[in-house]
Amino acid sequence: MAINLFKFSSPATFYPVAGKLIPVFYGLAAILTVIGLYLSFFVAPTDATQGEVYRIIFIHVPAAWMSMFIYLVMAGWAGLGLILNTRLSSMMAQALAPTGAMFTFVALVTGAFWGKLAWGTWWDWDARMTSELILLFLYIGYMSLTAAIDDVRRADKAGAILALVGAVNVPIIYFSVKWWNTLHQGASVSLIRAPSMAKTMLLGMLVMALAAWMYSIAVALSRARLIMLEREKNSAWVQDVLEKKS
Amino acid sequence: MGKLLLTVIRRDLLLAYRRRADVLTTLFFFVIVVSLFPLGVGPEMKTLRLIAPGVVWVAALLASMLSLQRLFAADYQDGTLEQMLLAPQPLAVIVLGKIIAHWMVSGLPLALMAPLLGLQFDLPPEALLVLFAALLLGTPVLSLIGAIGAALTLGVRGGGVLLSLLVLPLYIPALIFGAGAVEAYIAGVSPEGHLSLLAALLIFSGLATPWVTALALRIAME
Repeated sequence: MAINLFKFSSPATFYPVAGKLIPVFYGLAAILTVIGLYLSFFVAPTDATQGEVYRIIFIHVPAAWMSMFIYLVMAGWAGLGLILNTRLSSMMAQALAPTGAMFTFVALVTGAFWGKLAWGTWWDWDARMTSELILLFLYIGYMSLTAAIDDVRRADKAGAILALVGAVNVPIIYFSVKWWNTLHQGASVSLIRAPSMAKTMLLGMLVMALAAWMYSIAVALSRARLIMLEREKNSAWVQDVLEKKS
Repeated sequence: MGKLLLTVIRRDLLLAYRRRADVLTTLFFFVIVVSLFPLGVGPEMKTLRLIAPGVVWVAALLASMLSLQRLFAADYQDGTLEQMLLAPQPLAVIVLGKIIAHWMVSGLPLALMAPLLGLQFDLPPEALLVLFAALLLGTPVLSLIGAIGAALTLGVRGGGVLLSLLVLPLYIPALIFGAGAVEAYIAGVSPEGHLSLLAALLIFSGLATPWVTALALRIAME
């Protein structure tokens, strides 16, 4: 099995495989989005306390989940690239970063809208919001660092160290912000809803999260394919691919 | 090991002493930034007392960040760093020595100067002591974490601004507990918890960051 996996770590082998996988994941993402949106807008009941406004949760929570999950996956790929020196791992890490940053941004914006309608404020220095904002800073730092270094190998490794240091720091930051916040103002707004969440609500949220997941895989693979072509432009297999296209 | 550490510290301190102006620039930057806040916020002592810990800490963060580039830049340019990487002695220890020396010329002066600046903000004497203690524990954390950023951005285009982008988010825990200690004291709560957490951060980063920085340096010099 191990040999099999390493076979796919070569860009020349992985490029066509990724090309076949991308439509599958895009298709799954589209189907799941349709099902998820139907569940969230037509099946899920109106919330007793918040009314229709709460429906932003179906975008907000999956985006927030993905933002954190992608950071971990990115750090994992980057670490793998650092340890095993596999080119493809580092490419995957770089391909994931913009999508992760996008989801972080979406989570922040939808959260602001929801907050304005539900609590009457765009922003509150709550631990989760603040950590999400800092997560966005970490993504931006990673992308700026890898973009600033011209030598590709060095950019990969430097980015990997930063991503790993960030991954270690995220929980520390989260708890420090949490303690800081409780010290300052106590729990003015609690994000913890009543536990009796309707099953259809939860289902809608999960389906939307899966859709976001599939979309992330598809878009990361497409981006990784472009990175492969760009980095290996002098190799024979890229010439073959380009010749076939033209 | 201890001898190597002392040698590196002595060397870097000597180099810093020969270029005293650099050290003083950082310190005066700190003083000026802190002094600007009352001019911007207004001279009302009640407000100033409230914002003092945060202002002093943010200024310390910025000042220590400005001095970070000096940590490896000179050795990188004249080739000394390459020799350090090739040396049979463990690189992490050399790095730790450089970080300690860097703290002694950039962090320690800030901590010593801070009580004086606290007076401008009308902090009570005991709060000044807490501020001093928090900075004494916190500024080494800044130097330690910053060293990773300095090593990663070594010789990179637009290194200075990039360095701040990488390092400032990682400084947040130190800022929260450092400023929090003083705020807790002013609010009548014991600052001990905050100071303990700062000390924990110091121990953790002291153990981990020299190795990470050494790795980052090897990558930068490949």
